[in-house]
Amino acid sequence: MEIYNNHKRLFGAAIILFIALTMFAAVLPALNAEKNDVPLPGSKPLTVDEMAGKGVYISEGCIACHTQQVRDVDMDKIWGSRPGVAADYARIKRTDLWRNTAMLMGSERTGPDLTNIGVRQPSQDWLLLHFYNPRSVVAQSIMPAYPWLFQVKDYAFPGDVVVHVPDEFRKGITGEIVATKEALQLVAYLKSLKQVALPDGKPTPLFLYGKDSKETGSAQSAGNVKATAAPQLDGAALYTANCSSCHQPNGEGLVGAFPPLKGSKVVLDDNPEVQITIIMQGYNGRASEGFGVMPPVGTNNNLKPEEIVAIVNHERTSWGNNSKQVTVEEVKKFIAGLKPAK
Amino acid sequence: MKKLSILILLIGSGTNLFAQTPDASTGILANPGIIITITLVLIPLLIAVYLVSVKLNNMVKRIRGSKIRSEAKQLAKSLQDMSNEEIGNELLRRKQALEFKLSNTELAGEIPVDDKKGLLHNIAEVNTPRFIATKKKAVKRPDIDPALTKLILWYLCSAAFWLVVGTSIGEYLGIKFVSPDVDHVSWLSFGRLRPVHTNMVFWGWSSLAMIGLGYYVVSTVSNTVVASLKRGWYALYLINASVIAGSISLMAGINNAGGEYREYIWPIMLLFAIGLVITLVNYLQTIARRKTKEIYISNWYIVAAIMFTIVIALVGYLPFWQNGLGETIAQGYYMHQGVGMWFMLFNLGLIYYFLPQQLNTPIYSYSLGILAFWTQILFYTLIGTHHFIFSAIPWWLQTVAIIGSMGMLIPVFAGTTNFLMTFRGNFHKIGSSYTLPFYLVGVIFYFTGSFQGTAEAFRSTNLYWHFTDFTVAHSHLTMYGIIAFMLWAAIYTLVPRLTGKEPRQGWVGAHFWMALVGLLFYTVPLMIGSTLKGISWQEGKPFIDSVVQMAPYWLWRAIGGSLMWISHVIFAYNLYYMIAGKEEIDLQKTVFDELEKLPVKNAIQ
Repeated sequence: MEIYNNHKRLFGAAIILFIALTMFAAVLPALNAEKNDVPLPGSKPLTVDEMAGKGVYISEGCIACHTQQVRDVDMDKIWGSRPGVAADYARIKRTDLWRNTAMLMGSERTGPDLTNIGVRQPSQDWLLLHFYNPRSVVAQSIMPAYPWLFQVKDYAFPGDVVVHVPDEFRKGITGEIVATKEALQLVAYLKSLKQVALPDGKPTPLFLYGKDSKETGSAQSAGNVKATAAPQLDGAALYTANCSSCHQPNGEGLVGAFPPLKGSKVVLDDNPEVQITIIMQGYNGRASEGFGVMPPVGTNNNLKPEEIVAIVNHERTSWGNNSKQVTVEEVKKFIAGLKPAK
Repeated sequence: MKKLSILILLIGSGTNLFAQTPDASTGILANPGIIITITLVLIPLLIAVYLVSVKLNNMVKRIRGSKIRSEAKQLAKSLQDMSNEEIGNELLRRKQALEFKLSNTELAGEIPVDDKKGLLHNIAEVNTPRFIATKKKAVKRPDIDPALTKLILWYLCSAAFWLVVGTSIGEYLGIKFVSPDVDHVSWLSFGRLRPVHTNMVFWGWSSLAMIGLGYYVVSTVSNTVVASLKRGWYALYLINASVIAGSISLMAGINNAGGEYREYIWPIMLLFAIGLVITLVNYLQTIARRKTKEIYISNWYIVAAIMFTIVIALVGYLPFWQNGLGETIAQGYYMHQGVGMWFMLFNLGLIYYFLPQQLNTPIYSYSLGILAFWTQILFYTLIGTHHFIFSAIPWWLQTVAIIGSMGMLIPVFAGTTNFLMTFRGNFHKIGSSYTLPFYLVGVIFYFTGSFQGTAEAFRSTNLYWHFTDFTVAHSHLTMYGIIAFMLWAAIYTLVPRLTGKEPRQGWVGAHFWMALVGLLFYTVPLMIGSTLKGISWQEGKPFIDSVVQMAPYWLWRAIGGSLMWISHVIFAYNLYYMIAGKEEIDLQKTVFDELEKLPVKNAIQ
């Protein structure tokens, strides 16, 4: 054929085909997304500090291991309350003259997704300690340590944020370990990462491939055979997922940062009211002793009463603790009692 | 049971090809009742097949027996009919025939020989135990312009340098998974080093090696000389400068905000792009001056690869469609076109020249090459967004990407068929060549790696594999198994021709086996571990469990990576040896050199 003997026609045809397909599969959809997507009404632009923190996130290449996208699949529901939509990203514009738009959606999840980290883990103490050395709070973590985001000073100045690093991770440092501006900005950025609710009237979309829908289906087909007992939830796994990064797998907490649950008065109290209240509403009662402020984990992570029961009972029966276990009814009662207080 | 079925799915990902809903496929495969039923149906079937074959065997034996009996009967009858004299003569003739021997002088005659060496040379004599079989030497080629040789060698040496440095960094990154506190230096932290590794092996190693080899192929198949060697040097400087500046800036924390393979900021990537434009002009002008009528297929692939990559870089770096989700769509397009249109297309071009050349046989089918070329453009361009399945990207675009990924089976099957059919009838040559094993491995990984990419693109498999190390394994199977092996094949073919010096066979073998075994140690455990990780996520186990669970697989990855890294050091040594090693004295050449030195006699008119 003639075309294969004429370089102008051959290469011309190839490049035209390629550009046409490129327009169809990349450029036009991208332009379309840019034109049509608008930010959600509830979302806020980043503050100057948060923006600077995002810069640290970009520089350190956090994207190599952390995603920022809640996919529309059931297993991603632990990372956010709803699947991500285009509008979630509509605020993100070009970083600066030199650097492209930082969507930071990522392609590897060697570490957890951070879309909603501002809700899931808003504790500044924990985040700073975790940056200084992740293994000081999560023993099995393989995240890099970022000691260059901290300074060592003989004495902390007023306004300095001191990080209470456990002795085995201080490596002989005797002075105070103080967070730099960059570390605090990075914390500010992470705390700003929160999923925004869809505008009023729009129901939260369900995740695909959910187990719930299947179970309902089979329950219906089973007819009048009624399930006799709710499935037993694994308290230890829920504790690992929600609590142990601060209170540690052995329930002993970290000296100077997170209080122990082992032998804790609150946990050993036969009346679970205070324990459940702290889980649902957070706690700052021991800040004066140097312990961090606890976020409302139960509320943030949308834990169901059944899950709270499993966690509370795990805490009440582990590490030598042996106090009265609670029931779902009790928990529901206490949670209902909390609502007006909120 | 679920895990088992996933492992089956992992090994033969083809079995799940058309199952879009995971619930349907895994539900069926994982259902114990179904498995038991299949087994129960299979047992009698297998027994029946066995019995039928036994019966058939007996029948065949019986028929053969009756045939022998009837022949024996005939023989006995004919003996009875013959006279004694006839039988005696027959037996004498038979005795003579049995005792006949050759004198060994039938062909040579009785006269003593003049030339005791005869015509044979290069005889592989076996006098010692052969630990390493002797392989064929490179075929002597017509002389190549020393200036072109020098240019190509500089491309290849730069490439080898970046390969060793880039994979040293990769090796170090692999160690960090096992030992995260190995250092606390900001410039060496994981997040900063990872893109240094990927970009260095992409733009430093693979790209420079490809362009260097391209200079030989483009001019050779056009039967002409390269348009401008000077431009070749400019492109070499620019691309090297781009990799140096890019690596330093990434380690210093300056990057383009995270998109994979476009971590270099635009002023640095611009150097690379200018290098590409210069190369494109140079190749095109060379092809325009070709002395052949047709454009050989290698040149289609090579020129298309460079043209497309310039477009890809523009789409990836121009700011007009990069806000919000536009960035992600451009990113999916950019990163996948980068690997598929730049590395794969260019390498196919190289293979279409070097493989038939090395096998000394024409390419099996030109038509298959044409089919593969156009279908690759048609389907590959569409598949970028399959990296963001289930994300906020428009659903239709994700579906287009999945369909494009399936369409890719056409060029992959066409290409693989073409290469393997070119091998047909020449498989015996593999054992006696130190380059052909590299080609074979490249072709096989071309098939499996690309097919795996299709399997990974489905929504059902995405549930297990997305975000896990499976992607890392896949990218190494392809960028290493296909691209690196094909480049090594071409380098070991070409360099001895350019320099006249061969590498040491044993070291080429060491390079080959360590790279291959290392790659398998690297990828297979990662694929198994990451599948288990995906299952763990789906079961809703705590995230940290999936990190702990990966530890042994990451260790295997580090071991495999170490083998790969050693093989690269050996490769660098081999390249050095082919360029700077001691030249073997060639008798013919020495004689002619000596003749040159003699005083010139009066030429006979």
